Parts: sequence; structure tokens; C-alpha cells
Amino acid sequence: MKTSKGARAGQYLALLGYLVFLAFPFLWLISTAFKPARELASLHPTWIPKDPTLANFRQAFDEQPLLRAALNSLIAALGAAVVAVVIATPMAYVMARHRTLLAKAGTGWVVVSQAFPFVLVIIPLFLVLKNLRLINSLPGLVMVYVVWALPFALWMLVGYVRAVPTELEEAAAVDGAGRVRTLVSITAPLLAPGIVATALFAFISAWNEFFFALVLLKTPEKQTLPVVLTHFLGAEGVADLGPLAAAAFLATLPSLVIFAIIQKRITGGMLAGAVKS
Amino acid sequence: MTLATATRRSVKQATGRGGDRRPVDHGAWFLVLPALIPILVLSVGPLLYGIALAFTDAQSGRTASTRWIGVLNFQDLLHDTLFWDSFRIGLLWAVGVTVPQFLLALGLALLLNQELRFRWLARALAIVPWAMPEVVVGIMWRLVYNPDAGILNETLRDLGLGDGRDWLSGLGTALPAVIVVGVWAGMPQTTVALLAGLQNTPRELHEAAAMDGAGAWRRFLTVTWPALRPVALAITALNFIWNFNSFALVYVLTNGGPGGRTRLPMLFAYEEAFRYGQFGYAAAMGFVMVAVISVILAVYLVGRLRGDEDA
Repeated sequence: MKTSKGARAGQYLALLGYLVFLAFPFLWLISTAFKPARELASLHPTWIPKDPTLANFRQAFDEQPLLRAALNSLIAALGAAVVAVVIATPMAYVMARHRTLLAKAGTGWVVVSQAFPFVLVIIPLFLVLKNLRLINSLPGLVMVYVVWALPFALWMLVGYVRAVPTELEEAAAVDGAGRVRTLVSITAPLLAPGIVATALFAFISAWNEFFFALVLLKTPEKQTLPVVLTHFLGAEGVADLGPLAAAAFLATLPSLVIFAIIQKRITGGMLAGAVKS
Repeated sequence: MTLATATRRSVKQATGRGGDRRPVDHGAWFLVLPALIPILVLSVGPLLYGIALAFTDAQSGRTASTRWIGVLNFQDLLHDTLFWDSFRIGLLWAVGVTVPQFLLALGLALLLNQELRFRWLARALAIVPWAMPEVVVGIMWRLVYNPDAGILNETLRDLGLGDGRDWLSGLGTALPAVIVVGVWAGMPQTTVALLAGLQNTPRELHEAAAMDGAGAWRRFLTVTWPALRPVALAITALNFIWNFNSFALVYVLTNGGPGGRTRLPMLFAYEEAFRYGQFGYAAAMGFVMVAVISVILAVYLVGRLRGDEDA
């Protein structure tokens, strides 16, 4: 289709506007993270640090237990991702292949759970976990993250299962393979990339999660990275900008890297789930 | 091949196909249980428990002597002006974020659907807000808004647009300032959804419309929008709910301040439950939030669906 020169110029101008809007806060975060204290105190901040330094990163690790927090986040996110995918995959398979009441109820739950205000769930969960002595414990948090990650894990996986042609499974059944056998030897290998993408997405979501971690984890040595990051803000909101930026930048890197790798698969999976059900 | 083998094959084939239409068999239950049990115990159960709590005087530290108090919490809520203030702020915030977010995302999706150079850069950048922890998004924008060391005020000073101000602490500027962050944070996800919707629109329709002499705006109204509408409707409804229920971003940016001007309902309920220990009362708030949001959404969806029938 032809587009006039004027319209083209307008389009590029709009694109430039979007690029600036999307990029500038992130560039500012990076710039702040590498600025020495002297430059941060200057009343006329500059985009590029004149005297870039890693001092903020060192100071961030000195001020807060960042390594411990990162390890906690890793345990919580990894646990949530693995458990969620292991239990979601068979259920997603049933939801994708059977038009039963169970499958419909599953889909209904996936949709409704998107509208839960967490406060209505967190208070009873808090009480339940308290009785189980799972407050301030990573296993308790993992349990919550698993259920929290299940709706979108199911959603994505249903899409991936639908993309596997039933003919392959039928052929295996003809050859005498039972249901579980068919699932393990035919469907699972074809689903593997989708399962990995779903697990990585669950990992990022748990890695980034804040509200449940804030409520359930009480002591600094148990807390995850997002919760520990807020300690940099201080009681009165007075923050040590350099270390704050440095720590925030570090906390983002794992999600950014993973997301960059799987971004296409995620949108593909979500759309497959959305379009076909 | 003997007749027996052939028969057995066709029977197996038939049962293999028929398996898909069978009601839930034991195999299906076996596959569903690992997910179903946690869902029931940690999601559906707590939700029902939470609804029940709304009718009790449950407080932290004395759960043993919790009493059933009927609708007393709801009567108290009716007169709680602080709650209704936060509810009003929550609606302002949800609309204030959802509408610009949608319009900007639509613009960006239409751009990225064109054959433009550098559009890969926009796609790559769009990952950043999406992949970031909300806490980091909040921290990042606090650095941008910082009255002295922030880039926003410095840019305004450079452009000669006043001496800048403390955006997040000003009574009038705090809510608009956090809304801008909300729009920034949610735009990519909306863009990706709309872009996918656009790519499902058949190109031939566009070309046919262009041949008929339809301009860009006309083509958008007659071809693009009708195809995009279901996706747009779904994403807008979801965004509205997500935004109304959001917590981390504003908790980090302003923690509800100044003077409660950005105290979203979730922040209010969180304080009520986990600072003041009023579990029953906070559960009642959650209940009211769900109820009102459901009604608003139902009205909106029915309205939009009716609009579809008229068209």
C-alpha cells in the first residue's frame, strides 16, 4: 500500500516519540546507577555520568542483604515455576482435549481468577499459612506462587496443546499406546518448547512479585529481592539514590534476559489460548 | 492383513477418536487432580473463607474468639469516608490509566504493523516495562521525578518551563504523576495484544478498501476496527480490573500519599489488614471491591455487546 511522504514523516515522528517515552526512564536508571555520589548531589543532573563508577553497586551490597535476597527470589521463582508447570501441564491437556464440565470449569476459573483482588484472598491465605506455620517461610510463598501462576500457565499450555494435532495421538493409540504412554512419548516432546516458555514466564512473574512476598515474609533474611529493594527507600522516603538505582538495575537483569529470549513464544502461547477457546 | 486385524484396527481407531468426546474418565481425573487440589485448597477455599471473614470481627492476634457479626462491617464501610475516597481514587486511577494506555498502545500497534525502519527497536524496548518488577518500575520513576536529581525537572528547566517541582509530593500532581507511570508500565502488554489482533486482520480487505478509494481513517473505521474490536474489548476490561486492583507500583511511588491522594483501595485494605490487624473489615472491603467492579464490568460488557448487535 502506498503512503504519502508527509504521512511517512509523521509516522517516524510518532515512532520517535514512543521510543523516547519507552526508553528514557530506563536510561535514567542506568545513568543514576553509575554516577558517583558527588554527581548525584549536583543540582544540574546530566544524562551521561562524567566519572562513571561501580561504587553504588558495592554500597548497595553493603547496605542490604542483596545476595541473600536474590537467592530467596531464585528459590521462590524456581520452585513456583517447576511445580506450576508440572501440575498444570496434565490439566491443560485435559482442558484442551475434552469438552467436559471439568474443562469448562477450569476455563471459568482461569478467567475469574484474573479479576480476584488479592486482598480478598491474601487475608484467609495468611491465616491458613499461619496455622500451618508457613508464614515467613519460602515453602509457604512457593505454595502461594504456584496457585497464583496456575491460571496463566494453564492458559498458555492449553494453547500449546491445541497446536499439537490430534492425529499424532490417534496414531499412537492405534499402535496400542495407552493414554499416559501417548502423553509421555508423543505429546510431551512436541509440547516441550511451550512448557519451557510457560515455566520461564512463571519464573519471571514470581521473581517480580511483590504483594504476597510483602505480606508473607517478615524477616530480612527470608525476604525476596523486590521486598528488600523497598528497604532502600527508607522510612521517610529519603533514599540513597545511587545504591537504590544500582540494586534496582541488578534486580531487573534476569527478567530482561529471560523475557528477551521467550518474548515471541509467550505472546504466541497467550494468543493461541485466547483465540481458540 | 487378516480380517480380524483390520477389524481390531478400526475399532481401536474409533475408540481413539471417540476418546475425545467421552465424558471425564478416570484417566482425565488422574491428570487433573495434581492441579485441582491446590486450586481448591489455596484458591477457591481461601476465597470462600475470605467472603465469610467479611461477616466476622476477625482481627489479627485474636482469631480464636472471632464472632459472626452479620453485615456490621458493611454498615461501617458505608460510613467510612476514607474508604470511599480511596474507592473514588481507585476508579480515577483505573480509568486514568486504562484509557490513555489503550489509545497509546493502539497508536503504537498501528505503527508497528507498518513497514517502518527501526520498528524492531520499539518492539525490543517494549519488553523493558513488561519484564521489569513493578517495584523497580516504581523506583525508576521516583528517580525520574526526583525534585533535585531527577531528569524530568532538569529537562523542564532546560526547556525554560519553570523551576520544576516535587511531583510525587504535590497534592494536585501526585495522582497524575503516578497515572503516567501506570500508563508507561502497562502499555507494552496492551500493544502486543493489539498488534496480534491487527495481524489477524486479512490484508486483502485493506487492499480492497484502498482500491475503492478509502482513506486511512476510513479504512481504520471500516476494516481495522471491526476486526480488532473483540481483542480491544477484552484487553480493556482486563486492564481496568488489573489497574483497579494494583498495589506495588503506587506503594513504591507514594505509598498512598500525599494526604491519601493516591491511596488506592488495595493500599487502604492492605493497611487495614496488616497494619491495624482488622482482618474482617479488610475482607469486607475486598468483597465490596469485587462486587462493584463486577457490576461496572457487566454494564460495560453488556453495553458493548449490544453495540455489536446494532452494528
